[in-house]
Amino acid sequence: MSTTMQPPSAPKNTNRLGYSMADYKGADSTLCAGCGHDAITSQIIKAFYEYGVEPHLVAKLSGIGCSSKTPAYFLSRSHGFNGVHGRMPSIATGVMLANRKLVSIGVSGDGDTASIGMGQFIHLLRRNVPMIYIIENNGVYGLTKGQFSATADYGSKAKSGTLNELPAIDVCAMAIELGCNFVCRSFAGDPKQMVALLKAALGHQGTSMFDVISPCVTFNNHEGSTKSYKYAKDHEEMLHEISYVPFFEQINVDYKEGETTDVQLHDGSHIRLRKADKGYDPTSKADALDTLRKCQESNEFLTGLIYINEQKPDFLSLLNMMDAPLATLPQETVQPSADDLKEIMAELM
Amino acid sequence: MEEDQRARGGPIINDFSIQVATVNGSGSQSSNTVLMRSIFQMGIPVSGKNLFPSNIAGLPTWFTIRANKDGWIARRKEIDFLVAMNPETAREDVMNLDPNRVVVYEETLKLNQYRKDLAFFPVPFAKLSTEITPDSRLRKLLANMIYVGVVGHLLEIDPAEMEQALTKQFKGKAKAVALNKTALEVGRKYAKENFDKSLVPYRCERMNATKGKIIIDGNSAAALGCMFAGVTVATWYPITPSSSLCEALGDYMKDYRMDENGKSTFAIVQAEDELAAVGMALGAGWAGARSMTSTAGPGISLMQEFVGLGYYAEIPTVIFDITRVGPSTGLPTRTQQSDILSLVYCSHGDTKHIVLLPASVGECFDMGYEAFDLAERFQTPIFVMSDLDLGMNNWMSDPFKYPTKKFDRGKVLSVEDLKKLGSFQRYADVDGDGIPYRTLPGTNHPAASYFTRGSGHNEKAVYSERPDDYKHNMDRLNRKYDTARQYMPQPEIAHADGAKIAFLAFGTTHWAIIESLDQLNREYKLPVSYYRLRALPFTKDLVELFRRYDRVYVVEQNRDGQMEALVKLELPAELVGKIRSIRHYSGIPIDARFVTDELVAAEKGEKN
Repeated sequence: MSTTMQPPSAPKNTNRLGYSMADYKGADSTLCAGCGHDAITSQIIKAFYEYGVEPHLVAKLSGIGCSSKTPAYFLSRSHGFNGVHGRMPSIATGVMLANRKLVSIGVSGDGDTASIGMGQFIHLLRRNVPMIYIIENNGVYGLTKGQFSATADYGSKAKSGTLNELPAIDVCAMAIELGCNFVCRSFAGDPKQMVALLKAALGHQGTSMFDVISPCVTFNNHEGSTKSYKYAKDHEEMLHEISYVPFFEQINVDYKEGETTDVQLHDGSHIRLRKADKGYDPTSKADALDTLRKCQESNEFLTGLIYINEQKPDFLSLLNMMDAPLATLPQETVQPSADDLKEIMAELM
Repeated sequence: MEEDQRARGGPIINDFSIQVATVNGSGSQSSNTVLMRSIFQMGIPVSGKNLFPSNIAGLPTWFTIRANKDGWIARRKEIDFLVAMNPETAREDVMNLDPNRVVVYEETLKLNQYRKDLAFFPVPFAKLSTEITPDSRLRKLLANMIYVGVVGHLLEIDPAEMEQALTKQFKGKAKAVALNKTALEVGRKYAKENFDKSLVPYRCERMNATKGKIIIDGNSAAALGCMFAGVTVATWYPITPSSSLCEALGDYMKDYRMDENGKSTFAIVQAEDELAAVGMALGAGWAGARSMTSTAGPGISLMQEFVGLGYYAEIPTVIFDITRVGPSTGLPTRTQQSDILSLVYCSHGDTKHIVLLPASVGECFDMGYEAFDLAERFQTPIFVMSDLDLGMNNWMSDPFKYPTKKFDRGKVLSVEDLKKLGSFQRYADVDGDGIPYRTLPGTNHPAASYFTRGSGHNEKAVYSERPDDYKHNMDRLNRKYDTARQYMPQPEIAHADGAKIAFLAFGTTHWAIIESLDQLNREYKLPVSYYRLRALPFTKDLVELFRRYDRVYVVEQNRDGQMEALVKLELPAELVGKIRSIRHYSGIPIDARFVTDELVAAEKGEKN
């Protein structure tokens, strides 16, 4: 994260960089009233504002679908790129290769990620490309009017009454298996948790993956759906209560040993997880996968930071690239000399 | 006529072709390179072509080396000197030869039983290699160097040049150099003691036609072009025959593109498939990097959707298509020029693209370089269409010239520009050339940002389904394509005195054409002009060509006459009747004799 410390003397109603919340807003949403995606949009705006991200350094990326329209609705001072269906991960990878100073946020949907885009999604996670990847998961294809997606739960009912007979893909479990080091599941109707997690993700090095249940009010909010507001509210179980302490604030130690887990993020921020009744350790891969499997069996909707590992290098570090953005390196840096060409030619004679 | 002279049996100096028939995976590549290089070092123009299977080990492969004093380096159909090492194909290889040709072969194959009209030279390769080393794996490899020694003696190749070529080939591997030198000597000695050299009509004699020249394959040449163009992001997926382009790039970049702290000034990523490869290249191009990918036909098919996005959202990148034989998997290790239409019109909807058409390794370098300027100037994917023959075979060339011009980074607005302008519209045609201005992510100015999308958009890059916005934008894209015509590498036109007809060709077909022009002139006294197309879109010279000549033969290596179809679309109706077509599409590189015969036959049928 390339943000600089600012003196805490910024005027009121601005963040540490002096930007107001309005600087993080976008165009008006054209999604259905009450869409979960709009709630997530607000949470992104709030998190980026509170963290203090330079808007011009953000790249907003998406594929195709309702979810993928949303980057137009936040951070209008950032460049955005709405690409092709399911292929946002490759665009994001290219963007970050070209300019590692950027902060990439990708918004996808369950169809865009778990069906058409599965291949690219998997390889993004495997590479650990630094970016926030949000799946606005409603279990249904909205723009094409209500077909099941691959994350629809087995036995859930479509608006037309059809029952889903295929098992759901658990993107969180898959992400952990593939080496993603920041995996969370949340609910569009739980802004507090989402904002804390997003801010933490801004301090993470590598891909942070968000599976956010985001109900589709038009095609998947009925009785029998497992992705409706009512179902999510009734079934949500928080793994922990999450609080976030940014790197630019003091930590006040006021917790009892054993009650909370404190994880320091790559940017120096801390995420503090107050344990619910289960003794859950989000730094244990085995624990995380086990919990997810049990949840699936018992139809629990578990939210929170499911897995975190701050020790793994991201893709750009592995490539041994220089720190300056490759995109804007001057000709003298990227064009070898005439003597170099002469040497190569001599070798070929 | 040329053939008659050969049949007379007099010495034929510096004009012959050697074919080495072996199985792939047997390690004959190094030996063949040594053979080719030693002829090259004697100053004799030479070319080498590897005809190999899509397989790792055990299937037939043929390497042909053509030496030609006049500098003709296209494939020559006829084989003069066969080295038969593959029991599977040996009989057929021998049966295919014209009379009075020469055969060196493993003596246990008893090939002399099949023909009485050839000069046979049996060599006990297995036995000779056993004398060099007890290691059976090495013995197989050394047998290859033994035949180089035999051939060297029979063709009078300078032994010193052979040793030098060998040392270069195994550079830095002292043990390999020593072993192979021994094998070379064993072959030479055996031939000297057992064979009557006067039965071989072909001879190498020192010339001075290759001094200062280099030998390189097209993919390496293209990689060098990219490196000197300052490519920073290369993303690719392995596919024959393009893999060696990005692999060569990686090797060169490690030597020449590290900064003073040992960090790379580039990123090369092997993607999970071609979709991801081109997606990454576009993402990088959008963010301002000089980006590229390389692939072959099947990869192009997969990239189509993204290429349309690149065209419509106006994102620079460079895509190399090293073409092979389609459709489908086709013949992955054979050559063709059959991706032309799928490149020009790549992707659904109304799209058309710029395609550069290198014919030589020199042009692979120049156009590989030029493509990046064009991509950024026109903010669009630029295709460079090479082919397997050019990309994977070794070609003689003048050394590449260092590009001295400043990079053209195109219309990119800086913070200072934006301060002056106050605002900008991403897709507005400010200069009347159809090319809009862009900003890069990370530009620190409130007016810098815009939203890129593959859906309908207006000048401000805002989502729009309005018919007028859509049409306005599509017409501007058309204008941009028209502007591109004057920036394209221009065609090379050679008007022949008294010619009534002309060839139109591109890419590697060039080498067969220039040799055919010479044949037509010498054998038929038929002057033919030649228009070598170097890029698409066409320039205005095309129409002039058709006005000037009675008939224009479009010569290309595909079944359907794909370039002919594009020419037809470009011409006014009254000139379309002047198009003729010559097509070669067996997967083997086109040769001059084929072109000559086709043209002569076609001309006989013409009324005037």
